[in-house]
Amino acid sequence: MNQFKGETLSWEVKDSVLELALHRQPCNEIGSTTIAELESFVAALRPIETEAHALIIYSELKPGFCAGADLRELYRRSREMAQADALRGVRHYVERIHAVMNAIDASPLTTIAAVHGVTFGGGFELALTCDLIVADKMARFCFPELRLGLIPSFGGIPRLKRDLGNSVVRDLLLTGRSFNAAKAQQIGLVSQVVGEGEALRAARATAAAAKKFIKVIPYEELKQEVDLFCELFSRPAVEAGLRKFVESTDALPYLP
Amino acid sequence: MHMTMTDKTLDEILTLAAAHFNVPRQRLTPDDDFFKTLGIDSLQALDLLTKLENHFRIELPDYELQGVSDFRTLASRIQARL
Repeated sequence: MNQFKGETLSWEVKDSVLELALHRQPCNEIGSTTIAELESFVAALRPIETEAHALIIYSELKPGFCAGADLRELYRRSREMAQADALRGVRHYVERIHAVMNAIDASPLTTIAAVHGVTFGGGFELALTCDLIVADKMARFCFPELRLGLIPSFGGIPRLKRDLGNSVVRDLLLTGRSFNAAKAQQIGLVSQVVGEGEALRAARATAAAAKKFIKVIPYEELKQEVDLFCELFSRPAVEAGLRKFVESTDALPYLP
Repeated sequence: MHMTMTDKTLDEILTLAAAHFNVPRQRLTPDDDFFKTLGIDSLQALDLLTKLENHFRIELPDYELQGVSDFRTLASRIQARL
């Protein structure tokens, strides 16, 4: 299936480049529908790999690339269940998204994330699965879940460690701060910074010139991340932080 | 009248914020709460931060802006990084 239009995302092959477009309002929060559609996407990847040489992931929405996990849905669903069932549900959710992220990471296609605006949490982690990140100068990166007492759970830490130096990783993880595209390029995360609204065009030009690239995937550390996230999720302080986040009246309550 | 560096920074911030959020420049004053005056949420505030970082070519960690909601204090934080 080299073309698909779903509720939260779409894909199609154009000029031997597979393009995955995210379009779930307000900012591509990854909930159960997105995961199911991402699973369909990775299932379709293998046959498409014979007719495409590159994959571009981008967002069609103005606020940004992706705001990460749909914490509101995760919290609501976990509250509806007994604690043991909720933890099993959280583990299942995280393992499913890990399988998707690993499949994109392992794809023999040259993968390019074209990011703008909010590139937070799971959205940042989705970009990290790609071989290259092309960023609009207004892109902003962050792991806001750290401020809730959680760690990134979509494979972010092992992939950051794979791609960046330890001092940078510590700075980002210990402070939970956000940073812009210029900083991201300075630390070696982003390969190109382009003008506002130019990321997709630049990613397409890069894809046209790119060769295939296979990289190492830190499977063991990724597995440990799932275990640690599930352990943290069961802590009362995290439950309180999530409740505060979910009950916030701010449209997108990212700042503390 | 002599304009200090902080006054100049403040003026640039107000001009930039007005242009970015499409608000008349004369409506903004240094001691305004920018969340209220501009009618923005935390996400749009981060957008403004990115705009300011790009304009002044600085890096301003958002934890330095915790509790900052007026243009004058924002200008002093930026000035400290110039």
